[in-house]
Amino acid sequence: MLWNYLKIAWKVLLRRKFFTAISLFGISFTLMILLVVYAFFDYAVGPHRPELRTDRLLFVNRMQMLYKGGGQNNSSVGYAFVNQQMKALRTPEKVSVSEANPGTAVAYVGQHTLKLDQRRTDGAFWQVLDFDFLAGRPYNLPEVRAAAHVAVISETTARQYFGAVAGAVGQTIEVDAVRYRVVGVVHDVPIVRLFTYADVWVPITTTTDDLRSSNLQGAYQAIVLARSAADVPRVQAEYDQLVARQPLPDPQRYERLVSHALPLMTNLTARFGGGDVGPSSSNRFLRVLGLLALLFMLLPALNLVNINVSRTLERSGEIGVRKAFGATARRLTGQFLVENIFLTLLGGVLGLGLAAGALHLLNSSQFIPHSEFALNGRVFGMALGVVLFFGLLSGAYPAYKMSKLQAVKALKGDNAA
Amino acid sequence: MQTSAAPVLQLTDIEKIYQTKTIETVALHRINLTIGRGEFVSIMGPSGCGKSTLLSLMGLLDEPTHGTVAVDGRPVQSYSDKELAGLRNLKIGFVFQSYHLINDLAVLDNVELPLLYRPGLGSKERRQRALAALDKVGLSARTNHFPSQLSGGQRQRVAIARALAGAPEIILADEPTGNLDSVMGEEIMDLLLGLNREHGTTIVMVTHDEQQALKTQRLIRLFDGSQVG
Repeated sequence: MLWNYLKIAWKVLLRRKFFTAISLFGISFTLMILLVVYAFFDYAVGPHRPELRTDRLLFVNRMQMLYKGGGQNNSSVGYAFVNQQMKALRTPEKVSVSEANPGTAVAYVGQHTLKLDQRRTDGAFWQVLDFDFLAGRPYNLPEVRAAAHVAVISETTARQYFGAVAGAVGQTIEVDAVRYRVVGVVHDVPIVRLFTYADVWVPITTTTDDLRSSNLQGAYQAIVLARSAADVPRVQAEYDQLVARQPLPDPQRYERLVSHALPLMTNLTARFGGGDVGPSSSNRFLRVLGLLALLFMLLPALNLVNINVSRTLERSGEIGVRKAFGATARRLTGQFLVENIFLTLLGGVLGLGLAAGALHLLNSSQFIPHSEFALNGRVFGMALGVVLFFGLLSGAYPAYKMSKLQAVKALKGDNAA
Repeated sequence: MQTSAAPVLQLTDIEKIYQTKTIETVALHRINLTIGRGEFVSIMGPSGCGKSTLLSLMGLLDEPTHGTVAVDGRPVQSYSDKELAGLRNLKIGFVFQSYHLINDLAVLDNVELPLLYRPGLGSKERRQRALAALDKVGLSARTNHFPSQLSGGQRQRVAIARALAGAPEIILADEPTGNLDSVMGEEIMDLLLGLNREHGTTIVMVTHDEQQALKTQRLIRLFDGSQVG
């Protein structure tokens, strides 16, 4: 039965080459855009190195102080708050502190200036995250305590500064006129990994900032590793209690403090989504994103519905014959849905190819530094889901309209249902 | 082959009225008709007298405005779409004047069509039955051809093979020789007569050809939607 349907579908596609080309173009182009967007999304928030254990990682990078009369004061988190109070939390496996944003630093290679993004971190940073070390090792706790001038550098930095990755470990790199001994070289981290990205990582204790300041707000972030994915809510609850216990810096001006330990995606969506950093913000963001994706698909889907209706009704004779020989309306609906899904799957394969090409172009252009967008299993699964949804969306109405066609009218070529 | 008195199709007080916003057209008026098992009946009448409408009602492709259609003594007006489709699939085979073959499917796939909707039939058995039906109409050598590659007579033979594949008790043929020359028409008529004689298939045939009608066991004449003979 299915084979028969597929044979018919293939013949119909070949028979109406122009309409088929238009349909396939609409489907594949829409899918390509969606897949590129999703690949970017997955690349930014999916479980990729160094944030591999996203199901166990929580990020604290915002401390909001809400004014009594409305409005808010947003900032990253103070170093002492993370280093002393957060590290004392009982539920997490490990808490790391690092600069919330990498600072721009300069190095010189001969006559050339090398602009580098430098991030200061503690020793735990290398334990909560999963960097891919190409050579050497991370700096450790004693080195951080001693404010040792050691550095972990990215693969690109090693190539640009030393000419190669091999042999970079043990050499000295001078960044902003400070000399650091390279202890490790890691695989490049893309810039979209906002919490971990840098070209050079050095111990947090090498900063000139006053790390003893007790301000709740500062220039730092915490990356928290829960013992298990199931433990994440307990860690979040303990963190919320910790924030609730904090005395307001100026009770006359401020009403309350708001800060949450949030998973990667929630944190990022909150960052781009405005003031609200609540745990529900990612759901809201995803709903908006889903709605936009749906609207984006709706236009080509409506076009496809239109083409499908006329293409289906052209086959009223076939519909009449099938009904005469025992096809139920349900069977016919199934047949036309299968045909449409077949068409959209074809469009999907084309779209996947186009998306792979577009991602390859994006990667090779280095429009986003160190980007390595790829069509992985998640992206492919999403594509398949979208294609099936698209197929059902654009095929359901024509199939329904066709199934309502009266056999006797269909045989006469009368298309009125 | 003897015909049995037991009616396989029974139409009682049938009226079919086509209604538009401004015009009411009576296509059939007070038709009472019984088709016995194994009969070969022809229906004649001028164009527009309701022959095809009557055949559509017998084939459960359309519903009468008034009256009842009974198959094997059971009225079908309360049957669901699924039940009617099942009945059409098991009991009835259609042969149309313009063949109504699916041009995108090969001959064998066209003949297999009724069997696709028959539950519990495997692909191997479907294929065997379709091949046997094609053999009966003498088209075993054309299984992989497409309808566009066949002559009119061959197409009609494929259509008859399709009607036969499901081994229906009734074949409803709407001017099966209408689009064919006299030689081809004779061939098709002989095929239908053979089916009726050798397999006891009940056949109701709409025709304009008096000579062909005279070869059948009973002739029903329609005029302006009413039975006149």
